[in-house]
Amino acid sequence: MAILEIRDVTSGYGEVQILWGAGLTLQEGQLTSLVGGNGVGKTTLLRTVMGSIKPWSGSIIFEGKDVSRLPPYTKAEMGLVLVPEGRQLFTDMSVVENLEMGASPQRARPYFERNLDRVYEMLPRLKERRNQKAGTLSGGEQQMLAVARGIMSEPKALMIDELSLGLAPVLVLQLFETLNQLKELGITVLLVEQNVQMALAVSDYGYVLSQGKIELEGPSRQLAKNEHIRAAYLGL
Amino acid sequence: MILQVQGVSKRFGGLQALSNVSFDLPEGQILGLIGPNGAGKTTLFNVINGVYPPNAGRVIFRQDDITNLKPYYVARKGLARTHQIVRPLNELTVRENVMVGACFGQQAVSLREATHIADEVLEYVGLADRADQPAGSLNVAQKKRLEMARALASRPYLLLLDEVLAGLNTSEITAMLDTIRQIRTRGITIIMIEHVMHAIMNVSDRIIVLDYGEQIAEGSPQEISQNEKVIEAYLGDPKLAERLMEQNNGDTGDS
Repeated sequence: MAILEIRDVTSGYGEVQILWGAGLTLQEGQLTSLVGGNGVGKTTLLRTVMGSIKPWSGSIIFEGKDVSRLPPYTKAEMGLVLVPEGRQLFTDMSVVENLEMGASPQRARPYFERNLDRVYEMLPRLKERRNQKAGTLSGGEQQMLAVARGIMSEPKALMIDELSLGLAPVLVLQLFETLNQLKELGITVLLVEQNVQMALAVSDYGYVLSQGKIELEGPSRQLAKNEHIRAAYLGL
Repeated sequence: MILQVQGVSKRFGGLQALSNVSFDLPEGQILGLIGPNGAGKTTLFNVINGVYPPNAGRVIFRQDDITNLKPYYVARKGLARTHQIVRPLNELTVRENVMVGACFGQQAVSLREATHIADEVLEYVGLADRADQPAGSLNVAQKKRLEMARALASRPYLLLLDEVLAGLNTSEITAMLDTIRQIRTRGITIIMIEHVMHAIMNVSDRIIVLDYGEQIAEGSPQEISQNEKVIEAYLGDPKLAERLMEQNNGDTGDS
């Protein structure tokens, strides 16, 4: 069943149009990846879905309801959650305080203890450092905390923007393994990545965004073998 | 050679933004500069035109060492650039904006001459009918052209273009590429940074690829699109992806 449908969305900033009719569907319980090079509109698509910028046209359907014009906090309450690019942690707050902030939606509060146990089990580093200020964590640990904060929101669909950006390979591998665990918990994930190889290795289904439109889509294993991917990134 | 970049390195605190970048640029070429986000492309422009002094290396422009010259002095030598984020003087007219470019260019010109140059350049980039409008009233594609006109009005030998295609739609991109080719036929050498890959692959004679401040490849567009290191820089490391898949398969085997 489709939990999130993005239908023919256009948007941008001021007079600059970035998305030119992008559409994709998240199937419940699946891990879907959205890949594409620099500046093709991946983050803009997530912002539009979340509502921090409004779509110019097209619609966003979450659990069968049109949520196109709803603000981000309402969507977070409904269970549509974003792990933003660049982490956006509360750096002067401790790890556990950041996790508490993640649990601020009404629907997440009853599950606070359960979710805290989950993220500590999944990412034991965060438990070790729970009283440390978030700003003093390493880059990889901060990324773990950003994902953990998203899990604390009890998401029905979790959208992660650039999981691997700027991280060393060993950390990248570890974070991607965490994604597998999210899948086991039944959380639907939309992973936005520049690292196509990793994204297609971990996901069930993939979309390639190019110049504000979906250029290719398919089951990830098949897509990974598609010659057009290289062309979509490198232009030749 | 119109430009020689020799062993240029630039560090910002703990970040090595450029490591030992070297290349020679023959006159009349269009050189494409590409690489993932944060690769150091704009930093390289900033070193070439004097915004940042490099920590090591030299920049030779038309046989002159311009390594530690200030940007306004580099502009006087005939090296002009555009910026990724366009910032026209919004209250001035389009013509006046271009006159500013002419006044700080290669030759010292009077205001009258600057007006002539501005009108000629505006004609050339297709903004002649907008000359008397305030620059703030232009749309994005027009502002990108104005940015280019300002640089061209300085009568450069070498033009550095930083993402002039960003934010343009398909037909605007095609029109801009035509303009870039025309600039080259006038004998102006061009280095351009661009993320719109099909465009840069199409217009460049040669391409240099940066990744984490290192020059990882150099060659024709055709060579670059087949280069293993470049593919890995853009698409990620296939070996790491294989390890992840092996682990996934291992997990399903256990359960």
